[in-house]
Amino acid sequence: MAIKGAIVIDTERCKGCSVCVGACPNQVIALSKNVNGKGYNYAEATKDDCIGCASCAMVCPDGVITVYKAKL
Amino acid sequence: MFNPDIIKPENLVYKRTNVLTDAVMHYCPGCGHGTIHRIIAEVIEEMGIQDKAICIAPVGCSVLAYNYFNVDSLGAAHGRAPAIASAIQRLHPNHHTFTYQGDGDLAAIGTGETIHACNRGENIVIIFVNNGIYGMTGGQMAPTTLLGMKTATTPYGRCVELNGYPLQITELLADLPGTYYVTRQSVQTPAAVRKAKKAIRQAFENQKNHKGTSFVEILSNCNSGWKKTPVEANKWMEENMMAKYVPGDIKVDGVKVR
Repeated sequence: MAIKGAIVIDTERCKGCSVCVGACPNQVIALSKNVNGKGYNYAEATKDDCIGCASCAMVCPDGVITVYKAKL
Repeated sequence: MFNPDIIKPENLVYKRTNVLTDAVMHYCPGCGHGTIHRIIAEVIEEMGIQDKAICIAPVGCSVLAYNYFNVDSLGAAHGRAPAIASAIQRLHPNHHTFTYQGDGDLAAIGTGETIHACNRGENIVIIFVNNGIYGMTGGQMAPTTLLGMKTATTPYGRCVELNGYPLQITELLADLPGTYYVTRQSVQTPAAVRKAKKAIRQAFENQKNHKGTSFVEILSNCNSGWKKTPVEANKWMEENMMAKYVPGDIKVDGVKVR
């Protein structure tokens, strides 16, 4: 049994501050090369190592990250 | 998107609280204000006091706080939030009136109101966001600016001869008999955010039990004013701000612990 997590980022609200990038214990999050409607390089998940710890969501100033977790 | 099959309502661990409105916050990217708004809103949601919470918005970066909190709000004149909160809480003793103030508002123009409200032991919660600078007006020196720190009005760094010492208003307020709970927290890491949230919860619980003034200082970055990236600003805060403004509880249950 493994714990798997997933994050959903509201990319239009994300301001690309990258505080979540450093908060992730598994280095899952990185800033995208693409930009959103406001011109910010938004955060995105880059691999499937997420454990659903919600550390990224805890430090996100704009509350754009939704976190899911399940035992598979 | 990765692991799309677990994105189901029953697996939800964390989502943005409904006590915040859908408005996009005007704060700079990475600003601690957004995080602090969110944890206050989460505490209000967890305690189920959304219909009883009253937010007093200050003047400063957080002047538009009433657009973001989905609770009854009122905008106070510069620095006068504790005075207005005192009146509202006296008229509605079972409600939860809290002020949300920055260091320019609370520790400069509003020093008198803050000290007297705390000294009267008004049953209010004061959230004090300390970033050591006047953020909204362009990064001028605030009373809480560190010695040697460069700002728009101290381009060679703050010096004692000209500008005096940084004001540690939280320690000052802890000496007053009216304050029941005085603490200093920060929001730069997930652990710190969780601790800060716990402190805010404690403050609202004290208010529920009519214990007196609860004062929560939260250290925050001002990356625009400090001329740093959000991540660098958080690091700078840990290294410099926390040396002067040491996080932790200062007064718990009416007894000074530090």
